[in-house]
Amino acid sequence: MKPVALFVTCLVDQLYPHVGEAAVRVLERAGCTVAFPEEQTCCGQAAFNNGFQEEARVLARRFLDVFAHAPAIVAPSGSCADMVREWYPRLFRDTPALGDLARSIASRTYELSEYLVRVLGTTDLGARFPATVTYHPSCHGLRGLGLREEPLGLLRAVRDLRLVELPDAEQCCGFGGFFSIKFAALSGAMLSAKLDTIEASGAEVVTATDVSCLMHISGGLSRRGSRVRAMHLAEILAGS
Amino acid sequence: MPDRPTRIDLIRNIERALRDESLQRQMGKAMPASRKARADAAAELPEWESLRSAAAEIKDHVLANLESYLGQLESQVRALGGVVHWASDAAEARVIITDLARSRGVRRIVKSKSMTTEEIFLNPALESAGASVVETDLGEYVVQLAGERPSHLIAPVVHKPTGEISDLFVKKLGVPRYERPEDLARVAREVLRAEFLAAEMGITGVNFAIAETGTLVIVENEGNARLTTARPRIHVAVMGIEKVLPRLADLSVFLRILARSGTGQRSSVYVSLLTGRRRVGETDGPEELHLVILDNGRRRLLADPDLRGALRCIRCGACQNECPVYQHAGGHAYGSVYAGPIGAVLTPAYEGLEQARDLPFASTLCRACADVCPVKIDLPGMLVELRARAVRTGLAPRRDRMLVGAWTFFTRSPARFVLAGSLGRLAQRLLARGGKIERLPYPLSGWTAHRTAPLLASRPFRKRWKPPQEGPQ
Ligand code: SF4
Repeated sequence: MKPVALFVTCLVDQLYPHVGEAAVRVLERAGCTVAFPEEQTCCGQAAFNNGFQEEARVLARRFLDVFAHAPAIVAPSGSCADMVREWYPRLFRDTPALGDLARSIASRTYELSEYLVRVLGTTDLGARFPATVTYHPSCHGLRGLGLREEPLGLLRAVRDLRLVELPDAEQCCGFGGFFSIKFAALSGAMLSAKLDTIEASGAEVVTATDVSCLMHISGGLSRRGSRVRAMHLAEILAGS
Repeated sequence: MPDRPTRIDLIRNIERALRDESLQRQMGKAMPASRKARADAAAELPEWESLRSAAAEIKDHVLANLESYLGQLESQVRALGGVVHWASDAAEARVIITDLARSRGVRRIVKSKSMTTEEIFLNPALESAGASVVETDLGEYVVQLAGERPSHLIAPVVHKPTGEISDLFVKKLGVPRYERPEDLARVAREVLRAEFLAAEMGITGVNFAIAETGTLVIVENEGNARLTTARPRIHVAVMGIEKVLPRLADLSVFLRILARSGTGQRSSVYVSLLTGRRRVGETDGPEELHLVILDNGRRRLLADPDLRGALRCIRCGACQNECPVYQHAGGHAYGSVYAGPIGAVLTPAYEGLEQARDLPFASTLCRACADVCPVKIDLPGMLVELRARAVRTGLAPRRDRMLVGAWTFFTRSPARFVLAGSLGRLAQRLLARGGKIERLPYPLSGWTAHRTAPLLASRPFRKRWKPPQEGPQ
């Protein structure tokens, strides 16, 4: 049994708790014991990306304290994992002790599909999901963590799932945190291009590793009155 | 800055661009083609990644020893009979070049494509000094005829559909309406040929300047830069201080990455290596060669450890083609000669963060730019750094402070976070119609302008979580 600490992320906690539960089920199926450190809140990415580094540092400090002793930290989010891995060490580069802790935690933090495939070496979790699915590679997982084959491999192993290609898959969906509010029209235009490709793919379900992008995509699908559903990868992998 | 006293209203510019259907169609056609060309050209070379690293390393070495390489370049160019001028800012550069034109009685000038001369607003200055200036790169020629500015580093007219160029030629040149790009190019070539023959001065940019030999390297596809430097009596080359390379041997790396990143070509059509002015017995080349070396904010950038990497830029345009914001906004929206991700770094750095405060925020931080940049500039890291500086110097708008303030207040402890959820669920009862929220109030109204808002779950994950009953705990 591999002990892992779940960083559920603030959005999953409040908006999509079932995604967190699915992630727990998937990790348990893969042979992990999952702990949920209850002092956790948010990784600080939203503040950080918007330039509020002092505020982000406060939240990052909390994260470092909460997960200081966790053997492995797994998040159902590529962008939160990337925040910890890529930016925490830079946020604390001027404070040596915290910098060391940040680097150490960064080396133990994973996105869910990354942890399953790269660390545990599993792709087949025995899931069944009878639907046509397309996969949107979220930018921070894709270009930050280098996740290309990991989520696809997991999806290919799911029984009864028909995986269809998403045209122009690597184009950003236009979420970008506060960007989606600040540059609302532009974010909407990028979203609309993404939705066109999702609908053109013929999929019934679009999936991704991040609820943030999915919140934006599903909000757009709903506004369009589309029949396509947006689901987190963990929900599909937890299907039986 | 005398050139741009006011703030760039990026958000308004982008909204205007989004409403411009012809621009959207044109960008939607041109950008994917450019991206594919670059990706294919890069994939062809197994050594692509090591070329990128080598290029970044050479550039960093130059930046670490910049003054000494510039000194070497200056003495080499002088030894070859050229004159070197140092310009600390745009105004000084304009004075140097207009004085040159005036003192030599120059009436007609041809130019080949140069972003550095765009940066210093050279053309209007020359015109007010009484000279006619004609851009000879086809795209730049179109931009000039239209009274616009280039919208892309290497494809200045990428924003314009061919049909609009046809109309422009009819109107400005009085020629019949041609539809095919070849015919339009032929018309331009005829006009430009006469200009080349009549011009007394040719002005160019510089892609690379070799310190070791004093060679100025100009890369292009139309042959117009070659004519600009071969035919007129005087050649004025304008370069930023960062364009210097140590040795001729370094060129092989840069010529490969520039052509492939910029246009997806294996090699550019014309690469001119100009070493000195016309020598005794030679039949072409300028009698006078002037090299203007421009600072204009670059040394300040060099002294800035978080941003100095931007000086590696070789102006290939790949980050623009790849950027989803640029693809929708077009280059003009950025309100400066440098658009796209590199522009969002350079414009605040050169012209001041205050005027360009919105530019670093115009990115989802998707990192597509960083993946393609042939000299590996950490563009997303620089955007993040500039955002932090904007916030630190009080340039963040009130809405951002409100949103981030509320967010950090409520995420500071689990108790507050749970409280936030409870308050949110109360508010949600007022906002939801039929299990959906289609309209949120300020400051979140931007979200529901384009999307349905998600509902808070009836109980957060942490309230549903039960630690495992059994097992080793
Ligand atoms: S920043 Fe990089 S990709 Fe963009 S123009 Fe400069 S060299 Fe090219």
